[in-house]
Amino acid sequence: MNRSNGTVISSFLTPAVVLLLAFMILPFAMAFVLSFTNSRLIPSPRGTSNVGLTNYEKVMNDDLFWTGLKHNFYFVIIVVPIQTALALLLAILVNQKLKFSKFFRTFYFIPTVAAMVTIAVVWSFLYHPNGLINAFLKTITGGYWGGVDFLNNKAWAFPAIMAMSIWQGVGFQMLIFLAGLQDIPESYYEAADIDGANDWQKFRFITLPQLKNTTTFVVISTTILAFRLFTQVLVMTNGGPQSSTYTVMLHIYNMAYKRLNIGYGSSLTVVFFLIILTISLIQRYLLGEEREVV
Amino acid sequence: MFDFRTRRQLILYILMTIFLIIFFAPILYMLTTSLTPNEEQILKNMATFRAFIPTNVGLNNYIDVFERMPFGRFLFNSIFIVSTTILLGLVVNSMAAFALARFQFKGRNLIISTVLALMIIPFEAIAVPLLLITNRLGWLDSYHVQIIPFIANPFYIFLLYQFFINFPKELEEAAIIDGASWYKIYYKLAIPLSKPILASVAILHFLMQWKRFLWPLMVTRGPAFRPLTVAMQVFFGQYPRLWGDIMAFAAMMTLPIVILFIILQDRYVSTVARSGIK
Repeated sequence: MNRSNGTVISSFLTPAVVLLLAFMILPFAMAFVLSFTNSRLIPSPRGTSNVGLTNYEKVMNDDLFWTGLKHNFYFVIIVVPIQTALALLLAILVNQKLKFSKFFRTFYFIPTVAAMVTIAVVWSFLYHPNGLINAFLKTITGGYWGGVDFLNNKAWAFPAIMAMSIWQGVGFQMLIFLAGLQDIPESYYEAADIDGANDWQKFRFITLPQLKNTTTFVVISTTILAFRLFTQVLVMTNGGPQSSTYTVMLHIYNMAYKRLNIGYGSSLTVVFFLIILTISLIQRYLLGEEREVV
Repeated sequence: MFDFRTRRQLILYILMTIFLIIFFAPILYMLTTSLTPNEEQILKNMATFRAFIPTNVGLNNYIDVFERMPFGRFLFNSIFIVSTTILLGLVVNSMAAFALARFQFKGRNLIISTVLALMIIPFEAIAVPLLLITNRLGWLDSYHVQIIPFIANPFYIFLLYQFFINFPKELEEAAIIDGASWYKIYYKLAIPLSKPILASVAILHFLMQWKRFLWPLMVTRGPAFRPLTVAMQVFFGQYPRLWGDIMAFAAMMTLPIVILFIILQDRYVSTVARSGIK
């Protein structure tokens, strides 16, 4: 390598390196530093001081944080399995090489390209006490369904947001599964046909094992999305009614931005990041192990 | 009489059609409501099939949106922020990926493993300190606060790096013999050969920036630099809610993107596939 290459290399790398340092690595490191301070968004006249572990002690005793975290876990437990299974079902349906498969596929992914804010607004109308969803449920239950003000009802608000989130996101996972399905060699199914396997056996003994990595990826990335849950709860319920849709991200937003408490917001951010990191490491472990076996 | 094959196909088509209705009905509902000029009629029909078949169609709600707020300004803000980020991102990320893939130098492995590690960090984990930094820099309520932090992206560098690393050595060797500089090799050779991957990165970058909500919510104060997502949320929060106008806003924000992605769908499908495979 000669000197002129050194100049070339640095001119190619510098913009990205500087930007990543300034707007990712620096703020990331600052989150840890700030979490031990009482830093405010608008500096207080008394200045910023080190408060040691006070913020983390506060996190431990912060009921709203734990409520939010509990809701994030509910979201994972309910949405991740349903969304993953539904995505796989849709992928299998559009992968049947029927006429118009592509036409159907298009409709399934349309919600994924729209911004969550608009989806949340449209669904707020669908969830209206006299709205379409109540009318539909009334019809299919033969009038038994009495109608619910979904987004103002403590028991229904969060399930309603979950259902909408699945509707919005499932098309994306479907496309990932579709790519996984198309990577399975056709010869596996032909061999199974010769052995007289039925559809279920082919699914159980070829499709599912071949999709193991794809499924792991989908499950983990949906789990991470569940912890980042923010836009739809802010728009549809702002965490209510009675905190029944409150999430960790909403809490970080309220503490750091609404209350200008950057120090406390940072400690919540660190806890949030450690959760995401744990999930990501599990993913790398699961996928890495598989890679060694193959 | 159905034989087994056609009965199986029939079941598949019925299933696919049910899903089609589930996924498309809300979008259609948004559209038909937005085209119903009379708010009373919207509320009267909201729970019936008539909501899907507007009887007297009009664009009043769309005109309302433009009259009640600077919608054109919001649209311009979004388009400007998104397109600038994508263009600068393509240049910055592809140059970094090119250097990492085509040169051996001290510190290369450190940079590559740092880029890989950064992929784990979600934006939410840096939003709070970034708010403090940009506030101290006096950047709040501007275009650049919504652009500069999102240009360099470790995931896009990684995707491009994976592409450039498979690029055959002979091509650039031939170019060097011809006396081409590295800048020329990057610009005249690498970039034209990597159009598909650049398109994928642009699509992912577009979706990320177009949908961005938390950040502009925190860093924009008034309508001057506000993008469509935040404008939608502000409009939605005003009472009394006029659903016709809200749906017109939502439709104007959604339909162009939906049409764009239907046109680009093969590219979109392969992009998602690429983003899913490690």
